[in-house]
Amino acid sequence: MSEQATLSRRTLLKASALAGGGLVLTASIPMVARAATAAAGGPAEATLNAFVSIAPDNTITIVGKNPEIGQGIKTMLPMLIADELDADWNQVRVTQAESDAARFGPQLAGGSFATPMNWMPMRQVGAATRQMMLAAAAQRWGVDAKGLKTELGKVIEVSSGRSATYGELASDAAKLSPPDPATVTLKDPKAFHIIGRAIGGVDSPRVVKGEPIFGVDTQLPGMVYAAFERSHVFGAKLKSANLDAVKAEPGVIDAFVIEGNGNAEQLVDGVAILSNNWWLANKAREKLTIEWDNGPWGDHSSQRYDETARAAMASGKPQEPIVSHGDVDAAFASAAKVLDQEYFYPFLAHVPMEPQNCTALMHDDGAIEFWAPTQNPQAGQGSVAQMLGITPDKVRLHITRMGGGFGRRLTNDFMHQAAAIAQKVPGTPVQLIWSREDDVRSDFYRPAGWHRLRAAIDADGKLTGFDDHFVTFSLPGAGAYNPAAMAPDIFPAKYVPNLRYAQTQMETRVPMGALRAPSSNALAYVMQSFLDEVAVETGKDLPTLLLEMIDGREKEPDERGFMGVSPGFNPDRMRGVITKAMAMANWGKPVADGHALGFGFYFSHMGYFAEVVEASLSDRKQVQVHNVWAAGDVGSHIINPFGALNQVEGSIIDGIGQAMGLAVQIENGGAKQSNFHDYQLPRMPITPKIHTEFVITDNAPTGMGEPALPPVIPALTNALFKLTGKRVRSLPIDTKLFA
Amino acid sequence: MTYRVNINGEVRELDVPEDMPLLWALRNELGMVGTKFGCGKALCGACTVHVDGVAQRSCSLPVGSIGADSKVTTIEALEKTEIGRALQQAWLEEDVMQCGYCQAGQLMNASALLARNPKPSASQIDSAMAGNICRCACYTRIRDAIAVVAEKGTANV
Ligand code: FES
Ligand code: FES
Repeated sequence: MSEQATLSRRTLLKASALAGGGLVLTASIPMVARAATAAAGGPAEATLNAFVSIAPDNTITIVGKNPEIGQGIKTMLPMLIADELDADWNQVRVTQAESDAARFGPQLAGGSFATPMNWMPMRQVGAATRQMMLAAAAQRWGVDAKGLKTELGKVIEVSSGRSATYGELASDAAKLSPPDPATVTLKDPKAFHIIGRAIGGVDSPRVVKGEPIFGVDTQLPGMVYAAFERSHVFGAKLKSANLDAVKAEPGVIDAFVIEGNGNAEQLVDGVAILSNNWWLANKAREKLTIEWDNGPWGDHSSQRYDETARAAMASGKPQEPIVSHGDVDAAFASAAKVLDQEYFYPFLAHVPMEPQNCTALMHDDGAIEFWAPTQNPQAGQGSVAQMLGITPDKVRLHITRMGGGFGRRLTNDFMHQAAAIAQKVPGTPVQLIWSREDDVRSDFYRPAGWHRLRAAIDADGKLTGFDDHFVTFSLPGAGAYNPAAMAPDIFPAKYVPNLRYAQTQMETRVPMGALRAPSSNALAYVMQSFLDEVAVETGKDLPTLLLEMIDGREKEPDERGFMGVSPGFNPDRMRGVITKAMAMANWGKPVADGHALGFGFYFSHMGYFAEVVEASLSDRKQVQVHNVWAAGDVGSHIINPFGALNQVEGSIIDGIGQAMGLAVQIENGGAKQSNFHDYQLPRMPITPKIHTEFVITDNAPTGMGEPALPPVIPALTNALFKLTGKRVRSLPIDTKLFA
Repeated sequence: MTYRVNINGEVRELDVPEDMPLLWALRNELGMVGTKFGCGKALCGACTVHVDGVAQRSCSLPVGSIGADSKVTTIEALEKTEIGRALQQAWLEEDVMQCGYCQAGQLMNASALLARNPKPSASQIDSAMAGNICRCACYTRIRDAIAVVAEKGTANV
């Protein structure tokens, strides 16, 4: 097995009595990064904590520490503990932790990190708790623990058959000192009875009854609602607003100007309107007249970006290198055939189903309390504290269930807005709600991107040279975090002898952020489409070309990982999913008349996915997707098959939806789109049949939220090429191409 | 203006402007937050309720337009009907949801569909549910769960 996070000897287990009797076990787990990671400047360490309590009534409560956005983490992490504890899943309750770095360690929903980080530590916590149950029973019965076994929340003496429930033993166990976690024995995976079982979401029974569970469902005594008007032009400053006219509107309690701090990730200028009913507050915006200073940003547009990018690509002179090896120029000079094409993908919005919202209460002593749907709560606490000039311990944050995240809620601008508004009405809880229009127009978008790709093919039909001039964006002043950056090792970087990636950056003020499978959601399309062009040119199909490229190649060494959980790229795992997907889809065999298959592979977020799309065109030349076959390798176990399949299916439909119709265009310095009529998400009728299989390999399990999305986009566009001979080099797919 | 609206079998008084959408009367006046806000423009179905058994988008239904004799049903009362209970059960057994935010609207629309057409075909399910967006794209499972209830009928619930 590859390296992975495990409990170290410095892990602290603490047993204490639960109020009213019972056991609380607290595990404080230092996550030590491998020396190589730390030396490379990676994070040196962090602490993961876990809390398990067993009450005398035999209820086992496990604290779910990470934010739940629909990825299933609130169900999955407790499953790991419960299985090793040998609990009955029916006796397990899960409660949501508050945001508290000191008590819970990192609490983040992002990057598909939670599975690899927690797989071993949570199991070890469960196993340690089980060992304490055995010890408590041995002590009570005056026998050797060796003669005892556990089963579904009970300790049983094998010889006599007598038994005690965990609840009965919990108070005794609270008096014992916990075992050294590094020495506890883990189960033989064959004995797993919860891991690998399809288990429904722990909150689902409440959701189907419409119980208040999401951020926007928060209700507090005396709470008022806030609407927030901001400029459609990114970077604009507020000069004046007719507040008096707005205050005279029905139901309006107050209206005031919020002065931003120039950082869109925190607080932009705007006007807040308060009412006892959000609809009234929002309606009063119609009466607002605000004078804005757009600065230099008011004439930015997608068209202008496109012209600038095309000119840069035509110049052949990128601003800066990303990576290069071999002799690229020589490869092209001696090529028998050169392909030279431009690809484009647009800005995308996240549009989680629950519009952005945040409830905040400024207490009289200057402390602030939040009920916030945020994927990144600790970062929000820190930056709000900084903005308000208070210490982080004065910021209390209740993490709510979220109606989707997709990366949008990694940025906490809504928290800063709610804080700035709550600050004006201390003692009154304020719920800020954005309209869908606010959400579409004030996103942190997946950046648009342009690639000029060239391939050199020699007389033997071998791909000898590869050149990518990537045109992307930079934000002025900022530390140039580019959420769609191109890493130097993006496939096929290490698999073409002469290769160069280089880039040009254009300045923008359009806010940019991570969208599910950041970078990969765009680069998979570009690279796997262009490699399909190479395959066609050399008379083979894409999976054959990919398999040839990795033929005989060894696993790459682990380079930089996140807390030691990022194993290097393994061509064997790539081969495994490619051959699996080919077999599942009957690749190479005839398909229905007027249908075609397309292929895509991608490696992202530690997961390997190969996907085949079966598509056709309707009489009106609309794209129809009939079937998708997906083969994924995310390691040795599919912890919760329910959640895993749901993520694969959702990712695939998400990707198809992006390809078929999603784009945000910039016009006059702001987003042109505003709601679901012009940002048209996929709906049930376009949903294909999805066939998913996992290739099980001897690697630690990794996350499912992202890696199934990227390959479906090129699989679709490659199928359309097969069908029509027309190559989709610009997203979303313009069906006029097939007319 | 005060309106009297029958919601889940109880007559509720609403002192709101006549053009206030039912959604915001439910959520902010009555504290019934099971009905969800998704778009505010009748584009997503998150806010679906029944008015006299017919699925309606409450974000675009002014309180003043609801007849005095009309009966509004929200997700909070879904479990009072056989179809509602069967759908809730199927939703859990099929593990339909990811984030769950759209599901109140999906369930209300699905229950209206099965009430008027207990055995919908696959394409009837697709077109009846096309108005409900699920950003998490749980469509394969929503489809399957409705088909399961249609197949089994609701007699045993
Ligand atoms: S909120 Fe009513 S249809 Fe979207
Ligand atoms: S389950 Fe998330 S929007 Fe439908």
